[in-house]
Amino acid sequence: MLTLVHDDRLGSCQISRPGVRIRRESKRIMPVSTSASAADADLIRRVAAARDGEAFAELFRTYAPRLKSYMMRKGADPTTAEELAQETLLAVWRKARLYSDTKGSPTTWIFTIARNLRIDRLRRETPWQALPEGHDETPSDDIPPDEAVDLDVRRTRIRKALATLPAEQHEIVVLAFVDGLSHNEISDRLGLPLGTVKSRMRLAYGKMRGFVEDLKEL
Amino acid sequence: MTVHHHPDPATLMSYAAGSLPEALAAVVSCHIAMCLECRAEVNWLEEAGGALLDGLDGERVTSGAPDVGDASALAVRADPRPRSSASVPSGDVPAPLVALVGTDLHAVKWRRLAPGLWHKKLPLSKAGGGDLRLIKVAPGLKLPEHGHGGQELTLLLDGAYSDCFGRYGRGDIADLDEEVEHQPIADPEVGCICLIGIVKPSRYKGWMARLLQPIVGV
Repeated sequence: MLTLVHDDRLGSCQISRPGVRIRRESKRIMPVSTSASAADADLIRRVAAARDGEAFAELFRTYAPRLKSYMMRKGADPTTAEELAQETLLAVWRKARLYSDTKGSPTTWIFTIARNLRIDRLRRETPWQALPEGHDETPSDDIPPDEAVDLDVRRTRIRKALATLPAEQHEIVVLAFVDGLSHNEISDRLGLPLGTVKSRMRLAYGKMRGFVEDLKEL
Repeated sequence: MTVHHHPDPATLMSYAAGSLPEALAAVVSCHIAMCLECRAEVNWLEEAGGALLDGLDGERVTSGAPDVGDASALAVRADPRPRSSASVPSGDVPAPLVALVGTDLHAVKWRRLAPGLWHKKLPLSKAGGGDLRLIKVAPGLKLPEHGHGGQELTLLLDGAYSDCFGRYGRGDIADLDEEVEHQPIADPEVGCICLIGIVKPSRYKGWMARLLQPIVGV
């Protein structure tokens, strides 16, 4: 049985069958700079404080295309993906006053909302993942300045860590986070033993952790 | 509470990614409700999800931002699902489980499986393969040595057990894969109550039957 997976967005082409594996390195997903992060946090605060429709529209313009792409990576058709992107941003509108950037960057907060929605709608399972601690339960507190600095540093470091992962580890992290594949599914997709998938993931974890473990928040 | 045994890093990473199968995600979410350390780990791992979402090439979105000026868009239906946030203390039962079993583990409607062994099966979404249940083991009961058809997560909710890997007390999690065999012995004074989640490859059936066979002689 020959399986051909072609994905233009990734720029990768994989052929897998027992004994045959041809794989070109996939294009890296390069995160945008963190300077956008402060601006987006500000937009969320404007939505929270003033129900600012302009700010919301700007968040929509920034995030809806990526969210649609994120939903499609897990197999949603374009129409469903767009609806889920819309729904994610409506949740951002509704929960904006619970957002606090002491707990993570805006995009991380939005990621957790989208992740839970995707599990719920596409996998049709109950999402057991919590939103980052505190977001759901308590309104934002004022940010102690030293913590805010640490979190900004963490944001930057995580991006740097992702950029420096060896390709074979990076690929597995992307398949888990973006494509939403379980260990078994990654093993099937790449034609790798389950043990190899897990050990690459552990290596990626260790490497990324090394970038942030000296930070106080961790 | 001091937790000594944590999930495998690859398990935690998939949990944060939202790609851990439901039965396992349920157990990890309960562990996280009891373990500050792992909560912090998931926190920075989610930052990686945010970074990867940021780096996605967007898909063209054909619709505009939802009209939030329209009151109907704001008519929020309340989310009926239990919040899996860690912040609600609930006696012995970790918050994500409260909606399923109440706040008193000893008041659970246990079904007897064998002398000294009770269980309660917990619901999973229809699509979610796997098995999630509470197990209550009488003091000193020695379970037969057994392997696992797939990944199995066991979280100690009350009491303790010991096996070749050590002693597991409240909050500890045993993250065992298919290669591991063990023979747990419940604490001789108090026994134990565990939450067990398992995913099984389709070829593997009736893990509970296999476990029980030597006890009940079926």
